[in-house]
Amino acid sequence: MPRQIRQWGPPLLLISPSLIIVGVFVYGLIAINVKTSMTDVHKAAQATGRAPSHFVWFENFATLLGSDAFQHSLKNLLLFTAVFLVGTMVMGFLWAWLLDRPARGEGIFRSVYLFPMAVSFIASGVVWRWLLNSNQGEMASGLNRLFQIVGLGFLQNNWWNNVNVGIAAIALPAIWQLSGYVMALFLAGFRGIPEELREAGRIDGASEWKLYRYVLFPQLSPVALAAVIIIGHMSLKTFDLIMSISKPANYQTKVPAIDMYVFKSSFNYADSAAVGVILLVIVAVLIVPYLVRTARTEKN
Amino acid sequence: MTGLTTDDLAAPLGRAGANRRPRARKRYSVARTLRYLAMLFFLLVVLIPVYVLVVTSFKGIGDASPARAWSLPQTWTMVNWRDAWTALAPAIARTVEMVIPAAIISSFLGSMNGFVLARWRFRGADLVFTLILFGMFIPYQAVMIPLLQLVLGSGLPNGIPSLIVLHVIYGIPITTLIFRNYYQSVPNELIEAARVDGAGMLRTFVSVVLPISIPSFVVVLIWQFTSAWNDFLFAVFFSSSQNGPVTLALNNLANGALLQNYGVSMAGALLASVPTLLVYILLGRYFIGGLMSGSVKG
Repeated sequence: MPRQIRQWGPPLLLISPSLIIVGVFVYGLIAINVKTSMTDVHKAAQATGRAPSHFVWFENFATLLGSDAFQHSLKNLLLFTAVFLVGTMVMGFLWAWLLDRPARGEGIFRSVYLFPMAVSFIASGVVWRWLLNSNQGEMASGLNRLFQIVGLGFLQNNWWNNVNVGIAAIALPAIWQLSGYVMALFLAGFRGIPEELREAGRIDGASEWKLYRYVLFPQLSPVALAAVIIIGHMSLKTFDLIMSISKPANYQTKVPAIDMYVFKSSFNYADSAAVGVILLVIVAVLIVPYLVRTARTEKN
Repeated sequence: MTGLTTDDLAAPLGRAGANRRPRARKRYSVARTLRYLAMLFFLLVVLIPVYVLVVTSFKGIGDASPARAWSLPQTWTMVNWRDAWTALAPAIARTVEMVIPAAIISSFLGSMNGFVLARWRFRGADLVFTLILFGMFIPYQAVMIPLLQLVLGSGLPNGIPSLIVLHVIYGIPITTLIFRNYYQSVPNELIEAARVDGAGMLRTFVSVVLPISIPSFVVVLIWQFTSAWNDFLFAVFFSSSQNGPVTLALNNLANGALLQNYGVSMAGALLASVPTLLVYILLGRYFIGGLMSGSVKG
């Protein structure tokens, strides 16, 4: 018995504070949140316990998912994620490909491409709100004015003020901030490919395109998957940028994370919690298979 | 020191073709020029917002016309910077008070967890690690309502004290991940040697493992510093502009100055970004190390 304590005691001592914390603050709170999402706590009096609340099962979810407003949020989330993912993957890959071969001053290019990652979404939102100003013609400033100056005036548009696709404009700053990150992932991927592999391909007479298509791309697929997972889950949680560029009350740019905040601000805890659960499910669908797969490959 | 250098963690990108790639042959020079032009083009595009931030922050009332949106200031003025500093200085001070303890405490927790999970094989160790890791990916919206009630009920003061605790708690997954990946690369002989000398796990951790962990401590500290400094979500739920960090104060400043004076908010945005940009410029290698660790496989 004492020997077992000697063996198990110290590691358990080191890790148990964190295990308890994660258990309570991640899994415990998720459970409580699910419970709250199934109550009718829609008013301040109920939220503070001064009025009774009842258990209503999935009623809030049915109401939310059936409402036009929330469907609009989900549609926005989908569009935002699509534009954000495609944008960062294309730019990140392109930059990595450009920087893969030795070039004078490559370090400077790399640092500049990556630097927006170090800035908060709130700070970059300040400048992007200016850039994405919807005024056109005489009153135009921001990107619309720049388009006029460089003779591309026809590109002027009202950016995020478009009800249907405005959210795609908010993806622009997101792409600006995170393409460098995807580039860094791809660069690490490129550099992990042994030079012999390229040489072998060249000796076999593969064209540059075929070399990429059949030798390099397959080697990069784990990196690409990691990038999609990371950008994808960030995108699903997008909140800061919209708060900073648009406003929480703006219908055209709302997403579930914003709805959650708006519900909470009016003490509608049940719907707020329900939106949280929906977001969790969406993220889990993306993340859980990836984590399981990663754990499996590590084991082998 | 066992060949574990800072480079293992901090320089996963290396230099292009360092010592192994034959120099591109001369006949590709047209392609090389095109490539260079493309690189320069993207460099300029990425820097457009920086130009706007800097130039607008020095503009006075006389430059307010949209026609002068992209021009340099007619007269350079420091007024915006002074106003922004007055508005943000208290919040910047509070953010410093928040990020330093948050980063240090979560680094130590991560180091302990990482060591145990990398070295101690028990049934279900992978499951435990995956369960911790999942905490990194959850949308915090899914815990926010009960978390609000819990923090309120605990009597923890709103503002910086609450935020320190939250950043420590929700920093555990990422810090554990970075340290675990690092400790898996520590040679077994080092740990074995300590055990042969009669050191238990705790002693081994304190006197053998911690001293060689400095590189990953730097990576983790930078990571936690940056994410706590840039956090807005917890800030907006758990503090107000009177007692909250700089992201919240900046957002309020920008909303207040919305229509008229972009200059103040641009100066404010630059001020609020100085610490993380400095870290990025001075310790960029470690910053990238943290980014890479974020991709799970490390």
